[in-house]
Amino acid sequence: MSGRWLHTRQAAGRVLAHKGALLSLLYLALMIVTALLAPWILPFDALTQDYVNMLQAPGAVHWFGTDELGRDIFARVIFGARTSLLTAAGAVTIAGLIGVPIGLVAGFFGGWRDTLLMRFVDVLLSLPGILFAMALIAVLGRSQMAALVAVGITGIPSFARITRAQVLSLRKRDFVTAVEALGGSSSYNMFRTVLPNAWSPILVQVVILSSVAILIEASLAFLGVGIPPPTPSWGEMLRTGKSFLHDSPTYAVFPGLVLTFTILSLDTLGRTLAKVLEDRHEVVDSPGGKP
Amino acid sequence: MTLRVRGLKVTFVGSGRPVPAVRGIDFEVSANQVLGIVGESGSGKSVTSLAISGLLAPGTQVQGSIELDGVELTTLGAEALRKTRGRDVGMVFQDPTTTLNPVLQIGRQVIEGQVAHGQVQAGQANQRAVELLREVDIPDPEGRVSQFPHQFSGGMRQRAVIAMAMSGHPKLIIADEPTTALDVTVQAQVLAVLAKRQADTGAAVILITHDLGVVAEVADQVAVMYGGRIVESGPVQAIFEHPRHPYTVGLLRSVPRLDTVDTRLVPIIGQPPTPTELPTGCAFHPRCPVGRNRLVCAGQDPALRAVGPSHSSACHFPEEVAPLMAAAEPKAAVGPRSPAPVEAPTTAPLLVVDQLQVYYPIKAGVLRRRVGWVRAVDGVNLAVHAGETLGLVGESGCGKTTTGRAIMGLVAKSGGHVLFDGQDITHLKGDGMRHVRRHMQYIFQDPYSSLNPVLTVGDIVAEPLRIHGLYDSLGGAKWVAQLFDMVGLSTTMMQRYPQEFSGGQRQRIGIARALALKPRLLILDEPVAALDVSIQAQVINLLQDLQRELSLAYLFIAHDLSVVRHISDRVAVMYLGRIVEESTKAELYKSPVHPYTQSLMSAVPVPDPGARATRQRILLEGDIPNPSSPPTGCHFHPRCFKATELCKRESPAFVAYPGSPTRVACHHAGPLP
Repeated sequence: MSGRWLHTRQAAGRVLAHKGALLSLLYLALMIVTALLAPWILPFDALTQDYVNMLQAPGAVHWFGTDELGRDIFARVIFGARTSLLTAAGAVTIAGLIGVPIGLVAGFFGGWRDTLLMRFVDVLLSLPGILFAMALIAVLGRSQMAALVAVGITGIPSFARITRAQVLSLRKRDFVTAVEALGGSSSYNMFRTVLPNAWSPILVQVVILSSVAILIEASLAFLGVGIPPPTPSWGEMLRTGKSFLHDSPTYAVFPGLVLTFTILSLDTLGRTLAKVLEDRHEVVDSPGGKP
Repeated sequence: MTLRVRGLKVTFVGSGRPVPAVRGIDFEVSANQVLGIVGESGSGKSVTSLAISGLLAPGTQVQGSIELDGVELTTLGAEALRKTRGRDVGMVFQDPTTTLNPVLQIGRQVIEGQVAHGQVQAGQANQRAVELLREVDIPDPEGRVSQFPHQFSGGMRQRAVIAMAMSGHPKLIIADEPTTALDVTVQAQVLAVLAKRQADTGAAVILITHDLGVVAEVADQVAVMYGGRIVESGPVQAIFEHPRHPYTVGLLRSVPRLDTVDTRLVPIIGQPPTPTELPTGCAFHPRCPVGRNRLVCAGQDPALRAVGPSHSSACHFPEEVAPLMAAAEPKAAVGPRSPAPVEAPTTAPLLVVDQLQVYYPIKAGVLRRRVGWVRAVDGVNLAVHAGETLGLVGESGCGKTTTGRAIMGLVAKSGGHVLFDGQDITHLKGDGMRHVRRHMQYIFQDPYSSLNPVLTVGDIVAEPLRIHGLYDSLGGAKWVAQLFDMVGLSTTMMQRYPQEFSGGQRQRIGIARALALKPRLLILDEPVAALDVSIQAQVINLLQDLQRELSLAYLFIAHDLSVVRHISDRVAVMYLGRIVEESTKAELYKSPVHPYTQSLMSAVPVPDPGARATRQRILLEGDIPNPSSPPTGCHFHPRCFKATELCKRESPAFVAYPGSPTRVACHHAGPLP
């Protein structure tokens, strides 16, 4: 696998060569690690109330201060990351597992399968993300699952379309025809030949949809229809913090900043990935030689 | 002296090490003269032309002197350079499709330069454009002048580009592979136009090409480039008859020719170097039969020294080159070589194609209704016997590739039958087709796109075995290693990825993959067209060896008549979806009877400048018609020099030509007078 590794390593190296992408990656890694280890490394629990120390300003004990129930805001921000990350992971999984096969089949076979599947995708595409999520929550009740499924479903079209576009161009390449000429079945050709060559824009889409999912989850919580309290969520904290802007101006700042940095990091990473992977394709496809 | 280049060096300075693309070359071209620059990819020939026209990317280092009519171009400012370029230098690029701006009318583009440089008043522009188009033999120039590039065929576009390059009566014309993208009959037209316009204007011409035939046909002086240097230069006769550099000899010996008897090709071993990894000393020494084991060749880059009247060679041992060439002299005197058995095969053919048709619907309008058919393949009959090679030749768009793919079942057939080993496989699907494909394999033209980039080449060669579940029964890793050995690749390369290989090596991997299932028939679609000339010979020899060892049958699809002649036992000529003539190789090339075959053969440039004057030339008019609306009757009649009323009305039947093994579809078939 030396060559394959070489390519992956080269691509990774070029992503890290961008300072913005490197910082984003460090930030995201730090967030993911602390969110995962939160129960074991944090001095405070996100749910423990303390009526003596309510709405405290940031200090040595409570780094980000406390909220209206005396809960540690730092702990709540870190535990909030778990909510965001879980929503992102769930949404991406749903969108990818449904969208990628749709695009693969539509692009590979074309004809009536293509028409049927892509019209279905068009219908999904016409659903506005937040409205659809709210409708779903109205039916299923407030829960993390509802938000996650809603974002996942609205994410299907982008995965399907990107995969289909990629498959359409790969379908005409000789190495795909070659497998057909060798006697390989359609499913062998789709999953063993086409899909492994189509992953790079899909990867970019994973990053982009993660950012969208986190933002929609926060919006829902901010509107008061997100994950029910007392589970911490950045959007929920922004919403409550808004009411105490006068008494504790720093309350809403920290969840807001963390949310902003997260979205910014994901977008930077997505953009850099897209650029690097595109360059890589140019390098791979050209016969080389002439500078 | 019009152009004088002295000590030209071009270096690309990027992020990494500086890359020397041109390493000190000298040459001169005078008015009324054609200098042919020959070389393979990476030899620096195109970079040289860009340096002369000042079109290199900014930041590229150019050293030395380029003097056009006494004006030094390398030190000229941007504005002065632009003026010189517009007035004194005309450029013709390889691909006329991308040279022309698709949204501008042809007339405006042709005259644009002259208007911009104030040589023509805007009011007279249209009239002058019509004149220019007439001068390059574009029919109906008044009507054509307001058309757009997409309404022009490839050959007409290239003529429009020539008209554009010649419009300002430049002193120098640089033509970079001007006919490489064109078909051979169209190439002949374009070369004729280029020669005519050059004679009219008296310009000096630099013709850059990899095709030795084209050079022999039109050049007066020749410079052979290798590894960024000129390794040999001299008058065209001297270069072709008494080459004094081993590389020139190698090139001449590795090209199959239309005009000689078949001797085995002598390829140049190894790969052409890339400018980033030049060998030490003489760049050619690792591939050179003279200098391979000599210290001086590995240590010292030889200077270009005179070896005859205005003939120089950059070789330490030019006197040792003559014997190399002698060994390659065509053995015409020996008489007809007892040819490979072409007696009527007694066994039933392995592959029979009977009245094969492939039609594509043309859809138009909002409702995507079918408004017509593209008749890509329109009733093709072929038979390939076990162990023989049938060459299928034709120009682009004639349907030869579609024929191959339809036989393979990769495109749907609209009619006719395909029989493999007596079994009708026309409508086979699924498992039945899979079983047939075991015995029938396909090799693609483009080695850069036919290998899956995410698999190692070892896995690529093993893939057919895995697909058919035969990996273990055919010997597994041992068999794969054996396949690598058969196609001349080291088994140590099996863990690498296709991107790490050169074109010729990739084509070998493609061949190994096709052989993995031990097929009986290979369909080869232009297998050497994308390769450099020295590599072509290696692959052709490999294919011939494999055929002999494994008694394979080949359906060899190509546009290059010389290559087809070299490798085939029988040849079929295709025009616009139909076979027009089919015969044994010897008969077809000796006495073709279809007018299309005759003109095709006469259009092929032969690498023999001596034959230039004596050769009989049939210049075909026009281009291949659109297969969606083919001409009535015989498809060839609008371009045919023998056409009569009968040809317009009736399509000729494909019948045996009396007194020969030939079958032909022509009302007036017969040898040339």
